[in-house]
This record gives sequence, C-alpha cells and structure tokens, in this order.
Amino acid sequence: MSNGEINLRDLQHPDIPVPEEMQSNIAVTSLSSLYNWARSRSIWPMLFGLACCAIEMIATAASRFDLARFGMEVMRASPRQADLMIVSGTVTKKMVVPIVRLYNQMPEPKYVLAMGACASGGGPFKEGYNVVSGIDKYIPVDVYVPGCPPTPQALLYGLIALQKKIERQSLGVGASVPWYGGGPSEEVPIPILGPDIIDPRHAELLRKEAQKNRPTPTVSEALAESAQPESA
Amino acid sequence: MYGSGILKGLGVTFRHLITTFIDDIQWLGRKRDVDVFQQKQSLANRGLVTVEYPDEKLAVPERFRFTPFLITYNQDDPDYPGKDWCTSCGICAKVCPPQCIWIVRGTDPKTGRPKPEPEQFYIDIDICMNCGYCAEYCPFDAIKMDHNYELASYERTSAHIHDKARLSREIRYWQSIAPTIAAEEEAARGGYDHTDVQKARKKAGLEPSRPGPYAAKPAEPEPAPAAVAVAEPPAAAAPQIEASKTESAPAPKAEATPPASAADGETPPHPGWVKRGKRWIDPNAKVEPVRRKGKGE
Amino acid sequence: MTDQVLPQVTDLPSTIAALKERFPNAVKDDTRNGYEGVIVDAASLPDFARVIRDEYGFNYLSSLTAVDYLGHGDHLEVVYHAFRVPSGGKPLVFKAQTDRQDAVIPSLVSIYPGADFQEREAYDLYGIHFAGHPNLKRILLWEGFEGHPMRKDYHEAYYEQETKPFDTRWPGGHVFRGEEYNPFGHNVRYPAGFTLDDYKPQSEADFQQSMALGVDIMGDPAFRTDRLVVNLGPHHPSTHGVFRMMVALTGETIESLEPVMGYLHRNHEKIGERNTWYGNMPFTDRLDYICSMCNNLAYAITVEQMMGGQVSVPYRAEVIRVLMAELTRITNHLWSIGFLLNDLGAFFTPALYAIQTREYILDFFEATAGSRMMCNYMRIGGVFKDLPQRIRSEAALINDRVRDMDTLEYLEQLINDRLPRSIDELDELLSESEIIKSRCIGVGLLPAEMAIAYSASGPLLRASGVPYDIRRANPYSIYPELEFDICTRPNGDIYDRYYLRLDEMRQSVRILKQILPRLKDTQGQPIFGGKTSYSIKVPAGEAYGFAENPKGELGFYLVSMGGGNPWRYHVRAPSFINLTPLGEMCKGHKVADVVAVLGSIDIVLGETDR
Repeated sequence: MSNGEINLRDLQHPDIPVPEEMQSNIAVTSLSSLYNWARSRSIWPMLFGLACCAIEMIATAASRFDLARFGMEVMRASPRQADLMIVSGTVTKKMVVPIVRLYNQMPEPKYVLAMGACASGGGPFKEGYNVVSGIDKYIPVDVYVPGCPPTPQALLYGLIALQKKIERQSLGVGASVPWYGGGPSEEVPIPILGPDIIDPRHAELLRKEAQKNRPTPTVSEALAESAQPESA
Repeated sequence: MYGSGILKGLGVTFRHLITTFIDDIQWLGRKRDVDVFQQKQSLANRGLVTVEYPDEKLAVPERFRFTPFLITYNQDDPDYPGKDWCTSCGICAKVCPPQCIWIVRGTDPKTGRPKPEPEQFYIDIDICMNCGYCAEYCPFDAIKMDHNYELASYERTSAHIHDKARLSREIRYWQSIAPTIAAEEEAARGGYDHTDVQKARKKAGLEPSRPGPYAAKPAEPEPAPAAVAVAEPPAAAAPQIEASKTESAPAPKAEATPPASAADGETPPHPGWVKRGKRWIDPNAKVEPVRRKGKGE
Repeated sequence: MTDQVLPQVTDLPSTIAALKERFPNAVKDDTRNGYEGVIVDAASLPDFARVIRDEYGFNYLSSLTAVDYLGHGDHLEVVYHAFRVPSGGKPLVFKAQTDRQDAVIPSLVSIYPGADFQEREAYDLYGIHFAGHPNLKRILLWEGFEGHPMRKDYHEAYYEQETKPFDTRWPGGHVFRGEEYNPFGHNVRYPAGFTLDDYKPQSEADFQQSMALGVDIMGDPAFRTDRLVVNLGPHHPSTHGVFRMMVALTGETIESLEPVMGYLHRNHEKIGERNTWYGNMPFTDRLDYICSMCNNLAYAITVEQMMGGQVSVPYRAEVIRVLMAELTRITNHLWSIGFLLNDLGAFFTPALYAIQTREYILDFFEATAGSRMMCNYMRIGGVFKDLPQRIRSEAALINDRVRDMDTLEYLEQLINDRLPRSIDELDELLSESEIIKSRCIGVGLLPAEMAIAYSASGPLLRASGVPYDIRRANPYSIYPELEFDICTRPNGDIYDRYYLRLDEMRQSVRILKQILPRLKDTQGQPIFGGKTSYSIKVPAGEAYGFAENPKGELGFYLVSMGGGNPWRYHVRAPSFINLTPLGEMCKGHKVADVVAVLGSIDIVLGETDR
C-alpha cells in the first residue's frame, strides 16, 4: 500500500482482519463472506448530485459505462433506501447541513464515497468562504476518488475499491465496522449555520478561541504568526 | 388516432432493443476482441455500447489530462540516470489556477546559490483541477499530465499530497502514453535531451543531443506489453493494435518531423539493442513503469 | 410581441447625448480611462430607468452587478447593462455610485422585474441596500452570515494574499494544508468573541415566515385547511442539482413558489478576482459544467475585447471555436431534453439515448482538449491546440482497448450522420407522445412581454416568441458569415421549450455542416494570435462580453486595474436570471408540474449559484 494508492490485490491478503472469536467459527465466517458478497454486489447509491461530478456520475450510470453491471443502477432518491452516498461535487457550507442530515437518515450499513477533488479536500474552490474543505470533516468517508472531475472509469475504479472494502468486513462481534459491533451507533451532530458554519463537536474549542476575543486568524495571519518564533 | 404517438415512441425503444441483440449475436464469442470493441465504440454502431470496465477499458487519448507528474531521465540512461527535467523555475507554481503546486528550489550545498533542480515538489491533488496549465506552460517539457485515472484511495491525508518521489516518472513512460506529443516536443527541443543538457553538451563540445533510446516515435515497447497483458488472446490483440497503428502511422508521422536520430543508421544506440520496425528497443528492458497495480492478473 | 415605437435616435452615442440633455444634472459621462456609459445620480435612477425603457426601447435589463472600488475612490458602484430586445445592438451601460459605509441605491425591480435576484445578490455579497426592493434578503448565503464577502476587505479563512500567484508556493514552497493553520481545522472564521452559548440560529419556521409564504404548518397545531407548504430540495431527484423550492399549495394547486439557492455557491467571483487572467479560464469550465466550451468562449472574447489590438484571433481559431460552441450546444440540448423527460416521469430511457449521443461529442472533446467536461480549451487570442490529426489512444493500463480514427472523418460522420439521426430519433420518440403533450402543452406559460421584463434569455426567451439570439443581435466570432435561423416558438410553454431545443440542435447541425469545409480549407493555419506569456496584463478599464450560450446569455463583466488579475470578475449567469420568473410560471399549476417547469428552464446549479 505504498503511497496509499490502492493495490486491490492487497485486499485479498490472507490476514484479512478476522476477530479472534470468529476464527474457529467457520460457519459464521463463510456466512460473512457470502453476506458480504451479496451486499457488495447490490449497493444502492443515493440519487444525489452536487456539482460537476454529478454529471460524470450520471454518465457512469448511463449505457456506456453502465453501473447496472455492478448491481448499482438502483439510484434511490430516499436516503432510507440507500447504502452508499456518492458525494459528487463541491460541498458548500450551506449544503453540508442537509448532507449530514441525509447521512444520519441512511440505514446502516452505510458507505460514503467522496467523488472528485472538491468532495475529498475542497478542490479548486477550497479557498472560498462558502466551501467545506472535504466532506470527511463532517462524515466518515470510505473511498476517495481524486480527479476534477473523475472520469466515469475512475469512478468505477473507486466503486470496485468500495466493493473490495465491503468484502473484507466481518459480521462477528467486535468487528471492524461499527454496525456489526453491537449497540446503536451515534448520529453525526448536524452543523449549524451561524456567522460561519458551526460544527457542534467544536463547541469547547469555539469557547476557548472566543476567550482570545479576536476573529479566527486567516491562513496568512497564522503563517505570519508561525514564522515569528523561528525568527525570534 | 389517440395513442399513436406513444406507439411510435415505443417503436423506437423496441428498435433499440432489437439492434442490441443483433449486435450481440453477430459478435458472439468475439465480444472481447479489439476490433469488436472498436466497432462498438465507433459512430457507426447502433446497438450495444457498453464498455465493460474492469475487463476492457476505454483507453484515453494522448491529450488526456488527469493529475500532473514530473519527468526524469530513464533510470538506465548511461549519462544522466534518473536526472530531473524540472529546473524549479516555478512557472508551473505561478500559472497554477488553484495554486496546488509547492516547490522548494534546490541550493548548491557548496556555494549556497540556487541551482536548477527542485529539492521538493508537492502537488496537492485534492486541490488540483486537472487544467493542464502546468504542462502547457512548462518551458522544459518537465511536467506532464498523467493518464492514470485509477487513483482511488481509502484515506487522503498522506495519499493525496504527491511528493517528488511519487510524481517522478521516467521519460519513457511519457513517450509510451503520448508518443505523438512526445515526438513533437522532441522535435521542438531539437533532440531527445533536455534543453539545458543540450546546452551543456554543446559547451563541452559534444553532440548537443544524443539519439534517444526511444527517440523514434510511436514508442512500441510500452503499449505492446500492456496489450499483451490483455488476458485472453494476446496473439490476436497485439497484431490488431499493430495493424491499426500502421494504418494510422502516416498522418502523425508527417506532422511530427522525425527526430534526427531516427534516420541515422544501423548502429544500435546501446549495445545489445535490437531493431524492431524502425525502432531500437532493449529486449531486456524492464518496462515496469507503465504497468500499473490494478485489477486483473 | 413588442410593438413599441422606438425613438428617432437609435444609435448609442446620440441616445446618451439625448439622455444627458434630459437629465442635465443627474447623468454624466463615465470619463474614467477604459470605461463606457454614463454615471447616473442614485436619486434619479428610477426615473432614468423608466425613460430608457419606455422612450428609448431599452426594455431588457440584462446584467446588474456591483463593484467595490476600495482604494480607488472608496465607493461601491452598481453597474447596469440594458439592451433592446429583440432588435439587438450594443448595451446601454449606466452606473450608480454609493458610499461604502451606508450603501443605498434605489431598487429597479418595479421597472425591470428581472433585477430581482440580481439586486438580492448584490445585497448579499456587497451589502448594498436596494431601497424599495420587495424582498431584500440574502440569496446565496444564509441569514446570519457574518459580513458581505465580495467586499475587498473581507478575508476568508484560507486567505493568503490579495492576488495569485501566492508567495508561499515558490521558491520555498513547503506544502501545507489551509486547515492545518485554522484552529478548527475547517474553513471557518468567527467574529471576535463568538460562542455557541447564546447563539440562536434561524429555525425552519422563521425561514418559512421570511419567505412570506404565509403558512407555518409546523407551528400551528390547530391548522385545519388544505393549504400547506411543501419543500422540494435541496436534495431532490428532479431539481437538477442542489436547488430548493418552497411551494405554498392550496390542495394541489400552487399558490406561490419561492426558490432558495446558494447550495452550490462556491465563491466563483471572489476566487476569480484573485486569479490571474488565464487562471480564470479553467474556472469558467465549472460554471455551466455541461457547456464548458461555450463558457471558455464567452470569457475569451471578453478579455480579448479588453486587450483590444494586442491580440487578434486567427480565422482558423474562430472556426474551431464555433465548431466547439455548436457541438456544445447540441450536448447541452440533448442533456436538457433527456432530463426534462426524467422530470416528467419517463425515467432514464430518453436520457440514456441522449447521453449516448453526447458521449460521441465528448470523445472528440477529450481527444482535442484533453478532458470530457472541463475542456479549458480556449485561450485569449485563439485556442489551446489545433485539432489532432487522429483521435487515437494509447494503451497504458491493463486491459486498455485502443481506438484510432481520423479526426475529420470522425467529425464528418458525426455531423452528417450520427447527430441528425439521433435528433430525429428523439423527435420520433417524444414529440408526438400524447403523454408528453398533455403534460407539457399549456403548462408553465411565459408570455413574451413577461419573458423580456424578467430578463429571460436563450431558449426560454425564444420559446416565448421573441426572436432574440446574440449570435445575430450582437454577432461575435464568425457567426455573421454562417447561415442559420433564429428558432422561435409561439406559445411559451414547456412543450415549446422542448421543441425549440430540438429545432436549435438542427440549426446547430446546419452550422456545423458549414464549418466542416472551413476546417478543411484552413488546415495548417495558425490557431493562436495572442501573447504566449504565462501571465498577461490587461489594460485598465471595464468590459462586458457576452455570448449566446445554450442556456442563454452568458456575460462576463470584468474590471481591470491594469494588472495581472481582474479587479472585478462578474458572471451574468443565464441559469440564475432565468429562474426569476419561475414563481410566476408555476403559479396556478399543479405541484407535479413544478419539476417539469424547472426542467424546461434548463438550469445548471454551478452557474446559478456560482
């Protein structure tokens, strides 16, 4: 896995994380693989397009690249019927609120694919005042597909990578994914639109910063600050 | 008659259904053949158009741009093995619209003066917009747009900032993915070598540019193994590409003036090389760079 | 149609002279170097607007935008561009100036309803209060957002420098991510002393109230009538992106509709002011991401206009530009028809056929410009590269299948055979279908007068019977020498908009057939007549360049201070302004028609919200 690039062959490595208590339980492990096989071949994405990448996503679903070959052609408009959220495009601060809400509404197991540079890390619009620098700041992302926009084939490669990831997951107790670990999983707190976007998870940090009684520094201010101690 | 419009429309969809099956039957057993693929993806096709992605991929055209990469001399280059082409002039960093390129200019450890070599080179592909300006405005042909779109990753913090080691590719890789453009650029440079190297060689009284190992164009050694790697009929696939190439050859050749080295003679540029067609190739060359980690054995 | 009696004086200079006579104290020439038009005293702006509309025939307010001249006079300026429709001709440019501290300008919504959204945008981004605007609220950002971001003294969290290139990139460019320098790790910037403790965000009920929809079913337990508010979007399968509509219904009938936008507001203009002149070209790709070539073209001709004699576009470049623009028009209309049918419930089959044809054009774009969608192909003074001799690919990945076609043969086959066949097929599939007719005819009506008043443009305007096409009204490139008709349709309903797009595609094919011989004749000629430097400087001044995009008039209002970056970079986005009459068009129809009406307007959110 050098450079973090996916070598799909790595995923078929013999030491797939199998929990200890599962290792003797052949029935459950083969059930797990059967279950994962079925699951990974019927991922229903959410019918949900944000920006430019959405057009390539639709092109992927169309006849030339044909998502149906992967069992993914059933694009569901309702999050309650979807397994996969393809975040296809620039995520703005105004939009991240509905996105987090939609993510919370999706039933588990659920997956997120960040399609394109914008969804992964802000993309060319990152510097903008209304752009979120990566959807993974708010919701967990499983696969990142770089490109601006990724071609349909690049998206398909990402989807295959997601299938491989699902195939690795285990049904056992204490498994590698939260939804098989037992107990309800927590919802992601929904951001608030304030003077700028507010992540409720940052409430403490926000209070601490507010005591300094200065506006949040910009990158150039922070850069200048961080440069000072060195020169001093 | 009311409803005739709907029936007419349904006729169109039915026609589509039938043509698809006609094609399917016609191509029975040859579905993965290159010529079938080419026919399927041509304008004449009326039926099935699907590219069955991981098993057959629509190769991208030469001008295609995805993420940038840096060019170095080949590792087996006798004179300048692995030398960077980038002179860290900074034009790519300046022209980059979203400012995703960071360059640390190299300094000479003895004199402390800047030297034309990048010490560090970073591209944040989470910001890169694949616009291709860096490649377009680079005066040294040192940065090019890659064709590899299969870059999906499970995490981005380390994988999505490409450093110099990750970005650098040998020039033979560029010659293999964009032979026509590489040949054009070579002609514009006046030879295989980097322009600065040419100047230095001239100063040293040497021939300005050596005949490049893959100087003559369309670089064969690269696509050929890739084509052979096509699982099923290597024998069928390779000649097909071969044939289409020879057909296509006249036009691009006329456009790009063949580099001087192509014409000059029968001595191999390196000992042990063999001539295949008009090109010299190293039969033992490791052509790994072009092979990608990927699906399918 | 407009049967207005135009005044005797029709040319622009004499109109301006007459207006100066009419308003001796309030109207004066804009004498700044490189500027055009007149500066109107803010107080007499409504009178002035009424006179130019009623007496001089400038019945179409195309673009309204603001500029912040911080450090260059320290005032805010609102710039208006008014046209005569359908007769065409150059725009009348008039400006009003106001103080930065207490910015007030009279609203022109009562005279030009098309100013509605544009004034709200100027209020949102610049903080200019338009006195008399019926609904002056933030449009792209949310209520409660701190500051007016397009002002020059507003700095966002990742602000580094006023203009690109940034100094941190070279020669000592150690990579960093902006979020590493933000205490929150996010792209956020809070005012001094802000805490979450006493902050109360706007609730959904407040929001509905502020939309003036009147009903708040969430807050009223005793609510007993049929009347209710339905929210469509921002996540909705038929909103063509992240667009939101709040619809007040009586039963199933629409009483009023309020669009809510800004979910894809990605600060195009702010970033554009920081970019170099060339740096904006790939950003224009991402405006209307289905028609990147046309966006490139409009931006290129605007900058060329500012550069004046410094660049001259060679003939072959113009031929290639028109080739690309018309192919783009076809892709856009194919896409738009396919998705209109999706909205009507014919899920995916027509769209599949349309997308398949579009792919063939994208193949050509990919081989020529390097990318399927984000072409970044035009340059200031020409185009990026000549067409390739062959559309060929090279195997690089495992299982790659190569193709190799002669470019001209491919184009010939595409234009003479494939595209007409596909258009006819769509026609056969859809035009006579009774379902489509009953869903579309008489729905979403937009009468001609209203279309002009609301500054609608492109197919939306022409489907209402107004023969206004910038390619004829204000010709650019080589359109004057090409033969084509301005298509119009009489009724202005959804069906007419659909059918007009079919007609326009046929006209585009007709243009393309005339382009083919020109392509052959000009083979080998230069394709670039601009400056080869990577950073160009543009003389000080302003320019409004516009082109007939598939969706309507795409305009760029650029202001240069003579440097390597634009001072103001404004996009007059057709998708944005075409939405202004949406509420009126939907009124009285059923709720199921909303998506169809929206689909027939054909918007792209990248351009609507920018």
